[in-house]
Amino acid sequence: MATIKVTRPKLSLLEKLYFPSIVKGMFVTFKHAVRSLRGKSIGGDSLNTSGLGVTMQYPEQKWDDHLPEYYRGVPTLVTDEQDRERCVSCQLCEFICPPKAIAIIPGEIDSDDPWAKVEKRPKEFDIDMTRCIYCGMCEEVCPEQAIFLRKDYAMTGLTRADMVNDKKRLYEIGGVRTGLVNKWNDIK
Amino acid sequence: MDPFLILIISTLVKIIGFTFMLTLPMVAYAVYAERRVSAIIQDRVGPNRTGIPLTLFGFKKDLHFAGLLQPLADGLKFFLKEEHTPSHVRKFFFWIAPVLTIVPALLTLCVIPFGSSVTVFGEQIKLVIADIDAGPLFIFAIASLSVYGITFAGWASNNKYSFFGGVRSCAQMISYEIALGLSIIPVLMVFGQLNLSDIVQYQADHGWLLLPLWGDGLSTERILLLIPLVISFVVFTISIFAETNRMPFDLPECETELVGGYHTEYSAMKFALFFMGEYAAMIVGSALIVTLFFGGWSIGFGADAAVAEMAFGGLIHLGVFLAKVIAFIIFFIWVRWTLPRFRYDQLMKLGWVVFFELALVNVFLTAGIMMLIN
Repeated sequence: MATIKVTRPKLSLLEKLYFPSIVKGMFVTFKHAVRSLRGKSIGGDSLNTSGLGVTMQYPEQKWDDHLPEYYRGVPTLVTDEQDRERCVSCQLCEFICPPKAIAIIPGEIDSDDPWAKVEKRPKEFDIDMTRCIYCGMCEEVCPEQAIFLRKDYAMTGLTRADMVNDKKRLYEIGGVRTGLVNKWNDIK
Repeated sequence: MDPFLILIISTLVKIIGFTFMLTLPMVAYAVYAERRVSAIIQDRVGPNRTGIPLTLFGFKKDLHFAGLLQPLADGLKFFLKEEHTPSHVRKFFFWIAPVLTIVPALLTLCVIPFGSSVTVFGEQIKLVIADIDAGPLFIFAIASLSVYGITFAGWASNNKYSFFGGVRSCAQMISYEIALGLSIIPVLMVFGQLNLSDIVQYQADHGWLLLPLWGDGLSTERILLLIPLVISFVVFTISIFAETNRMPFDLPECETELVGGYHTEYSAMKFALFFMGEYAAMIVGSALIVTLFFGGWSIGFGADAAVAEMAFGGLIHLGVFLAKVIAFIIFFIWVRWTLPRFRYDQLMKLGWVVFFELALVNVFLTAGIMMLIN
């Protein structure tokens, strides 16, 4: 191994004086100020600037169009193109949920129902959004492709009860999801 | 009317007007400007929402005014916070320290000439609270007292961080006060007097100290004299930065090392008093720089005499003075958000080894040039 001797750089008088670099620094900040007042900050366009600096001003402007495919927002339940509740209340998500945010009360499907052979569907399905950590394990563990994390992120409520999504709410947000695997009938 | 009565009433009006109606709102809006300017420098937006929340009263839209009501909200917040006095502090000094920081800062205002003069009831009233013949000396004497507030706060808090802040403030003050005092001597040699309103009047007649383009005109002697004056301007401005604990020299506060420095243990209005004291000191510092080097209330370009003849021309001068001070405050803010903090020993070295000598040599340089001219 060759030894490399590192010498300290020799500073010229101007550099030692410190003053020119201060002035240079002042120009840098001034340039930033002018750019940001003109709404032409570097990188502003790609960051969806509001016209002052690179900042987006939240409730008026949103980043929703730029959210990636794999964004993990609110967990929801989905129905498929035949309007069937996909959840069979196997409770795997309830058991894997690290913060224990999910609570399911399973229910039986009546024998005269067209989907009687599925046997079970949830009677109650609550996800407590004050507990949820958006980890996506419920989605990963679901054998029925019934629970998905959507791109919604603005979950708000005035009380704790408001923050619990019940079954109706979950299907409302989740909506219909097409193109999923169907194992209970012959479609596809 | 009785001239004595007019004197008393006008002085009262000036005290209330300049201190409470001009400077304190300026302090509040300096904080707002600090936040907005720093945001703009850093490509952000800053507080731009605080306005009148009309939606609370059933209207469709809130009024924002670009966040101009933010200082009110800040003040309200300070009033609503808990005033906590820790049990391990020296109560007396702990309580007196915030007062000792803000009072000197506001006290120094009284010798700053805010404008020329207005004529009321046939009496000429100078727009300066106390027209004394020792302006700069008075300011230095009183402004130095504000270090007591910081040191008391640091010591009485009985907390290592605060203590360091207080000690640093003390050492910093000592090393900069000398350069501050010496750097102003060439200026006073040129003016030949210490009365600040006469100094400004002189600049209005003969051209600003750093911009002598009118009045006597720009002769070779004045250009020669500009060299020491620019040096003394630079030293004085940097010393004012140190004196007001502003950014390159904000070692007593020093959030990154000392949590909050001397005001770590303070909350609510006691903290607000420190905060206001710091900004008031910044305003007084800017006012002093403007008064000494940039012609105070003078409009310049030979327009002052005509304005001064008007009965309320003093108010125009007041506006000009405020514009200059605001420009300087923005400069202060700009510097704060550009430069990193000095290390402690660097600051001491700069004060004792560089500026002290520079200011001292500068005095003799000025004397030599003045001798040469005469």
